[in-house]
Amino acid sequence: MSTPSRWMKILEASVLAVAVCFSLGATDSNARYHDLNHRLMCVCGCAQLLGECNHVGCTQSGEELTLLRSNISAGMGDNEILAAFAAKYGATVLAAPATHGFDLVAWIAPFAVFAAALLGTILLIRHWSGLSAAKAQAAAANVHVEDPADRERRERIRRETGIDGGF
Amino acid sequence: MAAFGSFALLIALALAAYNFLAGALALRLIATGQPARVSPERLADTARRAGISGFLAVTAAAFALVWSVFTNDFSITYIMEHSNRALPAAYKFAALWSGQEGSLLLWAWLLGTYGFVLRLTHKTDVKLYAYAGTILAGVQVFFLLILNFAAPPFALLRGAIPDDGNGLNPLLQYPEMVIHPPMLYLGYVGFSVPFAFALAALIMRYPGEKWIKITRVWTLVTWLFLTAGIFLGMHWAYAVLGWGGYWGWDPVENASFMPWLTGTAFMHSVMMQEKKGMMKSWNVWLIFSTFLLTLLGTLLTRAGLVSSVHAFAQSSIGTWFMVFMGIVLAVCIFAYVLNRDHLRSEQQLESLVSRESSFLFNNLVLLTACFVILWGTLFPVLSEYVEGSKVTVGAPFYNRVAVPIGLFLLFLTGVGPLLPWRATSLKSIKRNFVLPVVALWATVIVCFAAGANPWKGGQFSTGNFYALVAFALSASVLTAIVSEFLRGAGVIAKQTGRNVAAATWVLTRRNTRRYGGYIIHIGVVIVVVGLAGAAFNTTNEQELGLHDRMSIGPYTLEQVGATQDSNDNYNSEYAMLDVYKGGQKQFQMTPEKRVYLVSQQPQTMVAIHSLPTWDLYVVYEGTNPDTGQPIVKAFLNPLVGWIWAGLAIMIFGTFIALVPAVTPQTAALRVPAPAVVPGEPALKGGD
Repeated sequence: MSTPSRWMKILEASVLAVAVCFSLGATDSNARYHDLNHRLMCVCGCAQLLGECNHVGCTQSGEELTLLRSNISAGMGDNEILAAFAAKYGATVLAAPATHGFDLVAWIAPFAVFAAALLGTILLIRHWSGLSAAKAQAAAANVHVEDPADRERRERIRRETGIDGGF
Repeated sequence: MAAFGSFALLIALALAAYNFLAGALALRLIATGQPARVSPERLADTARRAGISGFLAVTAAAFALVWSVFTNDFSITYIMEHSNRALPAAYKFAALWSGQEGSLLLWAWLLGTYGFVLRLTHKTDVKLYAYAGTILAGVQVFFLLILNFAAPPFALLRGAIPDDGNGLNPLLQYPEMVIHPPMLYLGYVGFSVPFAFALAALIMRYPGEKWIKITRVWTLVTWLFLTAGIFLGMHWAYAVLGWGGYWGWDPVENASFMPWLTGTAFMHSVMMQEKKGMMKSWNVWLIFSTFLLTLLGTLLTRAGLVSSVHAFAQSSIGTWFMVFMGIVLAVCIFAYVLNRDHLRSEQQLESLVSRESSFLFNNLVLLTACFVILWGTLFPVLSEYVEGSKVTVGAPFYNRVAVPIGLFLLFLTGVGPLLPWRATSLKSIKRNFVLPVVALWATVIVCFAAGANPWKGGQFSTGNFYALVAFALSASVLTAIVSEFLRGAGVIAKQTGRNVAAATWVLTRRNTRRYGGYIIHIGVVIVVVGLAGAAFNTTNEQELGLHDRMSIGPYTLEQVGATQDSNDNYNSEYAMLDVYKGGQKQFQMTPEKRVYLVSQQPQTMVAIHSLPTWDLYVVYEGTNPDTGQPIVKAFLNPLVGWIWAGLAIMIFGTFIALVPAVTPQTAALRVPAPAVVPGEPALKGGD
């Protein structure tokens, strides 16, 4: 196996391992119930997660929680349950955007911006360090010999004040 | 009193407008050197005095509103809607910011106060302060226009005057609500000052970095207020809303967090400008953005763009804010384009692994976090525009997207201060990073041993994984910071013979800014530990008849009775719960439910027993209508107390950073101050 393809295999295996780890959700019904009621909103207008809506006289959370329990008991999958809630109450019942269609943009944009900014910062630093190196070369060509007494005085002040302007 | 208040606001508007127009004219005359009938210096001074008088006028208006609340003047619509006779005195003060008109008046008054202090201290740099004061006056004109014409707090009630008012929103009748909004507003409004200085310095092409030194105290104090305001809001949400959490990623919470992030980025990157002459444009735009984000928060809530549990008062003033933000942005862009050559930076950077780079990455992460929050907050609006239907962007989105970014920031908090300026050698990496790395892995091992691992029970938990990373990084960062202190203190201890504690104090006094900053970082780490504890929250809800029991963690709660109480303001029901641990009775908790008489709105009062390890948090949810039995919901929330402790450390660190450094007596060599040229006009400066 050539080196690049071996690295590709390792990369694929790593991605798969991480994906499997992250996709391993809670499987028992209580844990699923807790997980799902934190992925749904109470639709009474309180703007709280379904699992955290606790205000007195809420007309919706009880009904939604009962429906959630019955859907889990009926053996529906997580995505099926979420789709059923969205169909019944509208897309705003889902506590986070879906991972398809235009809503996918909500998930991708932050990481895309972060990656672009990270790349930009690295390139900027490399560009600036290139400028600094060029400056240093130019300075080396025009060597300025500092008076040792001046250097000693400056070092002493720095040592004694211990102040270098912040962090 | 309503007439007095309205008149005071009108006078304040006239004075602010004069301050702005006369100040701008005077500065223009000075800049161009045009001859004028009136001396521009004198004109500028009259503008400054108008600003001071304007503060007095706004103070009079604020006093009139408070007076009206205390005298139950229900002829004023605002007082009728936000107060009632039985409201306790402290909450009558809170009525000032419980509604839109009052909170805008508070904003104008705080802006007037900041401006008052600024104008009194103008001799620090007369010309720069004149510019900044004029810009602040422009902002003040906007708020006073709204107060006079769009949201007047002294509008009179039409028809018969009722005997009593509607009362204060029950959610706001909690001690923190007396201090949380003013703190937050002090933070929001305070960023107007560094914004005004930055814009002033840009317009007048102010030489050097002195404006940053001048605004440093303003920025730090403002940041402190905003930080305290945000945390007080978290504590209020925790103690009042009764859902067991303190942060729900609500648009209004996000609106307060965004300027905090950009403000924090600004405080870090200005050090690069001061020390290296770098990032001048970046810093100017950071403070511009911070100011605009403070306005955006108000726009989001008032314009009804996004739904929020905090939107206590919505209205049409969103349009005003949108227009004002547009004007501010246009002015900022215009000033920048005109003067950008003045902001040419020294781009000195030698290595990717250096203190300079860590500041850049710090800014990158803070700004990305800000973008993520802004994106999440506005995505429902975008989605509605594109797809025709709104979506919800709630906690699950932010937990998945913002938490990893936050952890990266935590990593930088530890790494940044350990990197030397310019470039890092392998030797220094080894010397500085060995202990933090050891602490990191030791924490991972301890967490696994204590059962706090992500794969507990054969299932992977993302929340537990993030918590584990947070704990490990926190230990690492804490070790890095403490070793920084000890390294410096060790040198001083050796030189002076002091013990380590005394040497640490001397070290801190010698460079309060650096070590105050480190203390703030320690506070942030402690907060992160507290936040990570949320991954291990447990909850139990049960209907409890007399002597019924429920368990949560190591505790057993037994219902031993219920009682009722009432006063002029509300009726309340308590559940009395004896709490047992290991079979021994420990204490009693009395979660409460109130029904406010005037509004007939119910309100939860949570019972919290706080320990360093966890909070036992109990909510009385009312009675089951079928059985008549009380329903109790209990939470065991690990490490929540660390969040509030972390805030205290952050406040302490900020105070340390604000104190001037003490230099050793041997360092008596000083650069002489430049001599003042006699006869030079007072308003000279810049170019």
